[in-house]
Amino acid sequence: MYRAALSALLSHWWRHPLQLGSLLLGLALATALWSGVQAINGQARQSYDQAARMLGQDRLEQLVPKDGQRFSQDVYIALRQAGWLVSPVIEGAWQQGDVRVRLIGIDPVTAPSDVAPDGVTGAGDLRPFITPPGQGFAAPDTISMLRGVTGLPPLSPSEGLAPGVVLMDIGIAQTLLGVPGEISRLVVVPEQPFRQAPLESVAPLLTKSAPGGQADIARLTDSFHLNLTAFGFLSFAVGLFIVHSAIGLAFEQRRPMLRTLRAVGVPLNVLTVLLAGEVVLFALVAGLVGMGLGYLIAATLLPDVAATLSGLYGADVPGSLSLRPSWWIGGMAIAVLGAAVAAGQSLWRLRRLPLLAPAQPRAWARASARGLRRQVFLAAALAVLALAVAIWGRGLVAGFVLLGAMLMAAALALPAILALLLGGAERVSKGALALWFWADTRQQLPGLSLALMALMLALAANVGVGTMVASFRLTFTGWLDQRLASELYVNAQDEAEAARLRSFLEPRADAVLPIWSVSAPVQGAPGTIYGIADHATYRENWPLLSHAPGVWDAVAAGQAALVNEQLSRRAGLSNGDMLRLPDGTEMTIAGVYSDYGNPQGQVIIAVDELTAMFPDVPRLRHAVRIAPEKAPDLTRALIEEFGLSPDNVRDQAAIKSFSLGVFEQTFTVTAALNVLTMGVAGFAMLTSLLTLSTMRLPQLAPVWALGLTRARLARLELFRALMLAGLTMCAALPVGLLLAWALLSVVNVAAFGWQLPMHTFPADWLRLGLLALLAGGLAALWPAVRLARTSPTDLLKVFAHER
Amino acid sequence: MNVKVLFIWVLLSGPAFAQGFAGLGTEASGFARPERGQVLSFPKDHGAHPDYRIEWWYLTANLKGEDGRDYGVQWTLFRSALAPDAGQGWAAPQIWMGHAGLTTPDRHFVAERLARGGVGQAGVTAAPFRAWVDDWQMAGATLDDLRLTANGTDFAYDLGLKADGPLVLQGDGGYSVKSASGQASFYYSQPFYTVDGVLDLPDGPVRVSGNAWLDREWSSQPLDETQRGWDWVSLHLEGGVRMMGFQLRQTDGGAYTSGTWIMPDGTAEPFGDGVLTMTPLKTAKVNGRDVPVQWRVELPGRGVDVTLGALNNAAWMDTLFPYWEGPVGISGSHTGHGYLEMTGYD
Repeated sequence: MYRAALSALLSHWWRHPLQLGSLLLGLALATALWSGVQAINGQARQSYDQAARMLGQDRLEQLVPKDGQRFSQDVYIALRQAGWLVSPVIEGAWQQGDVRVRLIGIDPVTAPSDVAPDGVTGAGDLRPFITPPGQGFAAPDTISMLRGVTGLPPLSPSEGLAPGVVLMDIGIAQTLLGVPGEISRLVVVPEQPFRQAPLESVAPLLTKSAPGGQADIARLTDSFHLNLTAFGFLSFAVGLFIVHSAIGLAFEQRRPMLRTLRAVGVPLNVLTVLLAGEVVLFALVAGLVGMGLGYLIAATLLPDVAATLSGLYGADVPGSLSLRPSWWIGGMAIAVLGAAVAAGQSLWRLRRLPLLAPAQPRAWARASARGLRRQVFLAAALAVLALAVAIWGRGLVAGFVLLGAMLMAAALALPAILALLLGGAERVSKGALALWFWADTRQQLPGLSLALMALMLALAANVGVGTMVASFRLTFTGWLDQRLASELYVNAQDEAEAARLRSFLEPRADAVLPIWSVSAPVQGAPGTIYGIADHATYRENWPLLSHAPGVWDAVAAGQAALVNEQLSRRAGLSNGDMLRLPDGTEMTIAGVYSDYGNPQGQVIIAVDELTAMFPDVPRLRHAVRIAPEKAPDLTRALIEEFGLSPDNVRDQAAIKSFSLGVFEQTFTVTAALNVLTMGVAGFAMLTSLLTLSTMRLPQLAPVWALGLTRARLARLELFRALMLAGLTMCAALPVGLLLAWALLSVVNVAAFGWQLPMHTFPADWLRLGLLALLAGGLAALWPAVRLARTSPTDLLKVFAHER
Repeated sequence: MNVKVLFIWVLLSGPAFAQGFAGLGTEASGFARPERGQVLSFPKDHGAHPDYRIEWWYLTANLKGEDGRDYGVQWTLFRSALAPDAGQGWAAPQIWMGHAGLTTPDRHFVAERLARGGVGQAGVTAAPFRAWVDDWQMAGATLDDLRLTANGTDFAYDLGLKADGPLVLQGDGGYSVKSASGQASFYYSQPFYTVDGVLDLPDGPVRVSGNAWLDREWSSQPLDETQRGWDWVSLHLEGGVRMMGFQLRQTDGGAYTSGTWIMPDGTAEPFGDGVLTMTPLKTAKVNGRDVPVQWRVELPGRGVDVTLGALNNAAWMDTLFPYWEGPVGISGSHTGHGYLEMTGYD
């Protein structure tokens, strides 16, 4: 019985391979986008964890300098001799040409035994590790990146190391970084001895830092990953629309068969189990395909994601993917879960199918009026929720709740809005054909509404994200123009060269402005403090968002500081507030400036204040003011006469294009996901139209019989699809703009700490509208062509067949 | 003797135990070798000899508390050169290891410290004498007047040491042979310390006094490749006589023995292979290994036939290279107390 019932049920799919295809493809696409995003996020998080776990930072306390600067290893020796079991770490950036890595130097002798990653200690030999040239360990990806780079010790692979990190002995690292005798921090061994001098008396400049305190990267990048997750979820939802409509349709079409099976004695439970089993089977097959696609998506996008993360946050994520079992399990689970959600309604209807009631095809459509009311009610509720979150919500999660509620409300309200519009059109139109067209369109709406909702979501997301990116780009470009006002930026290798450089430039340039900075904790979080000279360059160009009167005079006099927008928002500081600097002094905040693309807090003070506060500040970087037409000559002179390496002199344009490159990179992934979502939505439209077209013959045959040609009917079908797509675009536009507002004013502020002005780009909307029409048109083209080629006998059969 | 542990780093030569205990039996190319006839000079030789591969400053003390209980204290600083060349700063190929032990009749405390040479975390200077690793030190104006401190997770001690006798050169004027095939080390001792100080125990401080014995030894390859471990004793006998003796156990079951009879005035009379007999009488399960904790020690020429019994069988030094080291009581032909060290019981 089971076999007979099963083969009867499955036979439906043999007869409707397209439906089967759209079901499987929809599910596979949904799974693919979701699991692809998950794989990317997982990979990135793994890297952060790895970085955080490295040297036991997630478990071990550390002693870190209060001012964030390196300190003498004499402090380390003093602590050891005061009974503190600590192990020194030196960290720093090492660069050769365009290759940049983070060197971490440890002392393997005092480091807690389980601190170093696999393969770093163990069977190795200590002597080559600690004596020059030393031995480096790095992740295999990092080693391949460093191929051909000279100056580092011989490298061995170690899987446990974060990407972009080279681990070596502390002595070797100090030499490579040019900081002999200096260390960055101390790892505290878990078991400390009986007697110990208090930290304040031995090393008053150090403070204890709790385990995991360094996982800032994970916190900073949270917003980015939440963004990706939101996109993945959106695509997943759009994919599920396809699955839902395919399964619902299949159920409707099999209604007579189900009734017959019940009538010949197949128990309801058996039928339910068989149908559920069918769904699970499809979910598994589609899930596997989806996972494969997801892997491809992730592998393709990951290099861009890695570039973004490193450009925006300085977080190192490898460009290649390694997958964990949890990813596979999660992906398959989401496929099955998605299919279950999509099939739930159909199975529920099966349970309630009256045994002897006549099969009613399209009953699903007839019940739609009630469904529509429910949907409108739900949409209203979601809209209220979105409004409430917009008013009272705080933080990133609230931002995404707002986005989700807004999008769902708009999608759910769409069919009702379209029905209203179509009803209106029907009322104002004249002539039988026009009346029939509007009525017929309205009648088709329930069958198409899911696909239209999907299209609307994709369009709104496109408008929203597109507006955000374009607004950001516009603001960012303007900001770069202000911020990069100097003609040349030069970098010296060391202090001696820097001093020579200053005297070389003095007679040749209009001004040489120091760009000296230290990394130091600001308001309890990692930040940077810059010292600037008093110069018109800043007074005229610096992008201040708000400022007190006489701001530049106050800064130049060493009485006031400027803070970036991020710091101002995070710490709740504004003009007139006092800012506490790492050395304990306090300064009034006289201005807040925009600082896009920087996740950290930043402070600007007068350069004399900076050098007084941090006497060891590297005095290497300078901005040079010169008449623009003289800049190329000076560049040449710097390279040829002075002997500066070409890498160390950059003109304004080069830095701008580099910054814009980083910016564009940041949104590559967003753009790619946007396109994919549009693709899925277009596909949803196609499958809906295709399935509908097979069922619409009974409604079209009478119109044909009344004299409308097949070609004309087909043209009307095409027009209908285009019109619906156009209307959907019109509905999507305000939603997309709302979305853009939420992204710019809520999500961006919560995620990055900066607010951006919103700009509108009607030309983009036009392009998108055309794209929507194209998607709708393409989706309708095939069904329309099929209709035009339907043989008259098929249309005649409609009248002969008993329905 | 005092071919004490070492450690040569787990990293030094792959499987550390492949050749003798702690890699002590491995080749010593490029390092200086002890030569017979070389005259030791003090205080210079109290300091480090970085051109030799291994070296130690090894102090053991038998103490009695005001509470009448017996205690034992060990303080050791090992130096191991990874290479004969002398780099500077972090590049110096010198590794230092400190071991501290404190034995009571029912507890045994252990602490270990590791350090790189070249950056000031550990080292030894000859005059004024200072041997240190981290906050542990053995230091004083001269070797005759020292302050000894160590600090572990659950114990610490702070002892004053005063020598009331001369240094004792072991073997042939400080040249101590360790095997029939001629491995040797430079070896001298100061066995005449009286001790006064405080032990910090989890239950509170205990004032103690007693005797201590310092061994100094350096070499580049002190063990024959066939020698698997050793049993070493330093004994304070009644009447002021001291005795040092050791046997190096060979893989074939035999042993190479040696030692020195030290008169109360410091006159040393070394004895060669085969004179001393050491026979285990009783073993105990210590850290999963069978370790002899009672020994019969015979030196017929001196009328010595004594039984050594451990104050605490569990005096296991659970360090990077583990071994047994603890105070013993002496009974039989002579009475007194001393220290026993046993390595290579795997």
